[in-house]
Amino acid sequence: MAKSTEKAGSSGKYPLDKSQQLELYRIMAECRALQQRAHDLFMQNLVKGTTHLGLGQEAIASAFGLAMRKDDYTFCTYRGHNHTYVRGITMTSVLGEIMGRDCGLLRGKGGSMHLTSVENGAMGSYAIIGAHMPIAAGAAWSAQYRGTEQAAVCFFGDGTTNIGAFHEAINHAAIWKLPVVYVCENNQYMEYTAIRDVTAVENPAADRASAYGLESILVDGNDAELMYETAMTALDKARSGGGPSLIEASTYRHFGHSRADPGKYRPDEEVAEWIARDPLPAYRSKLLSVGIDESELAAIDANTESMIDQATEEATNSPPPPDEIAFTDVWADGGAAWRN
Amino acid sequence: MAQLSYREAVAAAMAQEMRKDPNIVFLGEDVAAAGGVFKATVGLLDEFGPTRVRDMPISEQAILGATMGAAMTGLRPIAEIMFSDFLAVCWDLVANEIAKMRYMTNGQVNLPLVIRAGNGGGARFGAQHSQSVENWAMAIPGIKVVAPSNAADVKGLLAASIQDPDPVLFFEQKSMYGLKCDVPEGDYVLPLGQANISREGSDVTIVALAAMVPKALKAAEILQDKHGLSCEVIDLRTLVPLDTKSIIESVTKTGRLVTVEENPRLCGWGAEIASIAAEELFWNLDAPIMRITTPHIPLASVDKLEDLMIPSVDRIVDVVSEMD
Repeated sequence: MAKSTEKAGSSGKYPLDKSQQLELYRIMAECRALQQRAHDLFMQNLVKGTTHLGLGQEAIASAFGLAMRKDDYTFCTYRGHNHTYVRGITMTSVLGEIMGRDCGLLRGKGGSMHLTSVENGAMGSYAIIGAHMPIAAGAAWSAQYRGTEQAAVCFFGDGTTNIGAFHEAINHAAIWKLPVVYVCENNQYMEYTAIRDVTAVENPAADRASAYGLESILVDGNDAELMYETAMTALDKARSGGGPSLIEASTYRHFGHSRADPGKYRPDEEVAEWIARDPLPAYRSKLLSVGIDESELAAIDANTESMIDQATEEATNSPPPPDEIAFTDVWADGGAAWRN
Repeated sequence: MAQLSYREAVAAAMAQEMRKDPNIVFLGEDVAAAGGVFKATVGLLDEFGPTRVRDMPISEQAILGATMGAAMTGLRPIAEIMFSDFLAVCWDLVANEIAKMRYMTNGQVNLPLVIRAGNGGGARFGAQHSQSVENWAMAIPGIKVVAPSNAADVKGLLAASIQDPDPVLFFEQKSMYGLKCDVPEGDYVLPLGQANISREGSDVTIVALAAMVPKALKAAEILQDKHGLSCEVIDLRTLVPLDTKSIIESVTKTGRLVTVEENPRLCGWGAEIASIAAEELFWNLDAPIMRITTPHIPLASVDKLEDLMIPSVDRIVDVVSEMD
């Protein structure tokens, strides 16, 4: 067994000012509300197909959302509501998509697992494990070639570290010094199986970094400000020609793998321990402890609640998409013809 | 006109387009310094430099992933997958990602990219380096599929594939890389989705692709000389989009349809064409539609057995002469 990598502490290099702290809290609170509402709508049988919720993992996507430049690229997995939302799309478009409504981000053609907003740099949610790892390297190559100092950020789960594309992509990113940040959200379970039971090393991403000449980076993914600092460090490195980073952020999903999974394979005490480390109340407490007034946080909470209620109403009132869009956009000409 | 080999036409088409558009980049295994294992990209590194012509590790998923990521963010990449058989190790990128991204995102993503791959048998490489996999590709909505039969078409169709706004799988016939023909000089682009009537005739329509086209043409000569049969040979050039109009016009005239396919029999492209003819030309047909294919068997390595499998001039002559 490889020696456990020690978790990183704060370097103090990227302190947040008060307005940034409130912004980070706002993004996290909105992600949380969105995930909780997606769950509630599913329980009311209003969600088509499946959903994979990142409830409990919001600090990671939110910190990157704050740290990224508007023109940076993100790539994420089917558990991608948070990562896509933080780039600037509306709650209505997310709820509409999972409910199969015309107001959905993809008008129902993609579904919960494929949220994408190219105009916001959210370059797709990928439902085949590992597929987006090399695609993110390609976007980073494009940025490097065009000399734009954009970075690509690729979020993935612990299970991804055991598929071939992970290794091909990180080797490629390392040899070409690509401006890409790989972020492993280690939520401790690959679907229904504990990641430690199926992985040769203790830390599935961090312990693999040395194989590609990269620094081993292991952080508490439920510490929002530490995640922000980690994100800024990696993004600065990418923009300045320093090449890729591989970050492992430990976290926990409060629900099961997908809608079909109650998550009963997880010991009660483990769940309780991680719920106690829920990143949202933890950050709220931290902000209160550094002197931010409770009323400012309460105002964000209230606004978030009214946003999610309004989005729910808009999505619920939106009709299903018209039949004709089933036959559009296979090709660049907008159509689907394969013969003359 | 200049005499160019099939492999020289690959480099000529890429250079022609790369000179026009600095966003065209090229990557693959052994493609830059070595000029490709089939020497189809010799000279590109020298002319366009190491930032546009790049060697990759043996990582086909990384190659096609990088190709897709670059295409969705403003570049027009060309990837080489050395042998089309190797598409099996990166098929997720082709079938699940590249082909579906535009549709799934309601038209947000553009993927102007080309995947070139050496395809087909005849080189005695055995079952894992000899397959004709164009029917794998045409089974996936969202990918265009091109397979030229001569050097002139390589230049015109590869240029068109590079210019095309959609992802294209471009199959180069390994056994034909050394074959020369007259190739138009200067800027030369052919349309995708337009078949070529390689030989006009009135009795039988023979539809062929890639290496099967010269065999069909040779068979047509013999059928005319020895059997007095006038064969029309259609070189499909592209499977997606499919030029059904040319096929329908020809079969309406001849009343007889034969396909010659290098792919193994089940779900080969000829089955789709036979189905179209059966649905739309039934009352014009004077004889059953015939398919000549490689049997549904992996290819053997030794020349004697490989030649037994892949459709030959003799098999085409036998099948066509016995129609009616």
